Amino acid sequence: MKEPDVLVVGGGPAGMNAALAAAESGASVVLVDRFAKLGGQLVKQTHKFFGWADRGAGARGIELAQKWSHAVLAQPQVETYLGKEMIGAYRDGIWLVADQEKYIKIKPKRTVIATGASEKMILFENNDLPGVYGAGAVQTLMNSYGILPGEHYLIVGSGNVGVIVAYQLLQAGAVVRAVIDVLPRLGGAYWVHAAKIQRAGIPILLQRTITGVYGNQKVERAETVGVDDKFRLIPGTERTFRVDVVCLAVGLTPLSDLLFELGIQEYYIPELGGFVPWHDQTGRTNRKDLFVVGDVSGIEEATTASLQGRIAGLTAASDLGYAVDEQMRRRLIEALAEFRCSTLSQNVCSGLDRLAGKEASQ
Amino acid sequence: MIDIDGVPTERDLKNSAPSEDRIRRKPVALHECYQDIPCDPCVYSCPVNAITMKTLISIPEINHEKCTGCSACVAACPGIAIFMVEKKDEDGFVTLAYEFVPLPAVGELVDGLDRRGCIVCEASVSRVFSLPGIEKKTKTTLVRLRVPPEKVMEVRFFRRRVQA
Repeated sequence: MKEPDVLVVGGGPAGMNAALAAAESGASVVLVDRFAKLGGQLVKQTHKFFGWADRGAGARGIELAQKWSHAVLAQPQVETYLGKEMIGAYRDGIWLVADQEKYIKIKPKRTVIATGASEKMILFENNDLPGVYGAGAVQTLMNSYGILPGEHYLIVGSGNVGVIVAYQLLQAGAVVRAVIDVLPRLGGAYWVHAAKIQRAGIPILLQRTITGVYGNQKVERAETVGVDDKFRLIPGTERTFRVDVVCLAVGLTPLSDLLFELGIQEYYIPELGGFVPWHDQTGRTNRKDLFVVGDVSGIEEATTASLQGRIAGLTAASDLGYAVDEQMRRRLIEALAEFRCSTLSQNVCSGLDRLAGKEASQ
Repeated sequence: MIDIDGVPTERDLKNSAPSEDRIRRKPVALHECYQDIPCDPCVYSCPVNAITMKTLISIPEINHEKCTGCSACVAACPGIAIFMVEKKDEDGFVTLAYEFVPLPAVGELVDGLDRRGCIVCEASVSRVFSLPGIEKKTKTTLVRLRVPPEKVMEVRFFRRRVQA
């Protein structure tokens, strides 16, 4: 049985930074990720990241993944289990990791959950027909494996994920017919990202939804229809798109199954993506040895995830008596608050405020 | 409309465009960044401190008189929202970040596209370059297009006519 000071579940921006911060403070860390490579979603982000220059802004996601994963792998205090899945969390404090032929038992003093998010799905006729993809799957195939899943695309959802995937598809040489969204205005994409694809000739068609996909064994066309302000379909506005891929970018929801198993207090906060675990500003949940960071604690993005990871890593190490740079921890908490001051974070902030007002019942 | 689909209108553009007189003098940077994204690489890319932000989440301001037209910010902007414009005699020029391969050849004729991807003029590629320091960080290539002078505030992208 492994008995590290800190167990980190998930090796994306939040998890890698939690592991680094705890290890740099002197704690022994075990980091588990079910993929063979560290980096989480960063490994497929080829666009330049927004953010502050002194925190790596302007770098592309893949470069941030490389930078942090090199640091994690070079850190002697961190033991990484890659390609192994966390499959069980028991109330006596033992965690179970599935390896190829055996189980690994881990009993940590503190645990940081950084499992990220999963993609939402929407209903339409034949939505299980081959050719219907989540945006994350398209990105993985295209950017990690160098495979384009199709030639002609319709993208559903005009959040940042949808418009960024549209841009990346264009870079890969695919034809993107349109990005559609049921909302009367951009579904959360930053204006500059949306402007980038429109100047390249990809229209963003608002107040339009997908009703079905059809074809012989695979998607050959997608049917869409306009909607009014109350989301009622408007007959006569049907439009067919000849596409072989429909890419769904309709939002993310925290991947919090492990927390359910443990009976961590969760609340339904739509602004944060669905059911989110209650946590304070250091990421600590109602179980004092357990922290949540990154998208699993509420859907945001990589900069806030990395800051949350740092803060939780330092706090976990501090709990265990390691000398932690208190000033640094305070600065990180301030930086996180400042980043969220943008009007772009209004939704997240109101979600976090509502969460903070809830009970942290034991 | 910018708050509907992110494409700026003339009214938005007025807030960040350099004067006609300034565009005539020498190349000048302009941004089309109208949201308070917590993002500041442009500020740090400028060698003459012509770009400032009031707070860490403010919209950047470019001092067009200070700007030397070096293009560093065009390559640094993560949102591909900074352009360089210039009018010289009978020619206009637009420099933009181009994240596609293969790169166009100098002299190649391309379609100049506006903010909605509509063809507004013929353009020719006058320069394909990268700035060593910035390129290393951002891996971004810059393309300078020659366009009719009255189109420098319209052309924001281009499409190649033949795929090499």
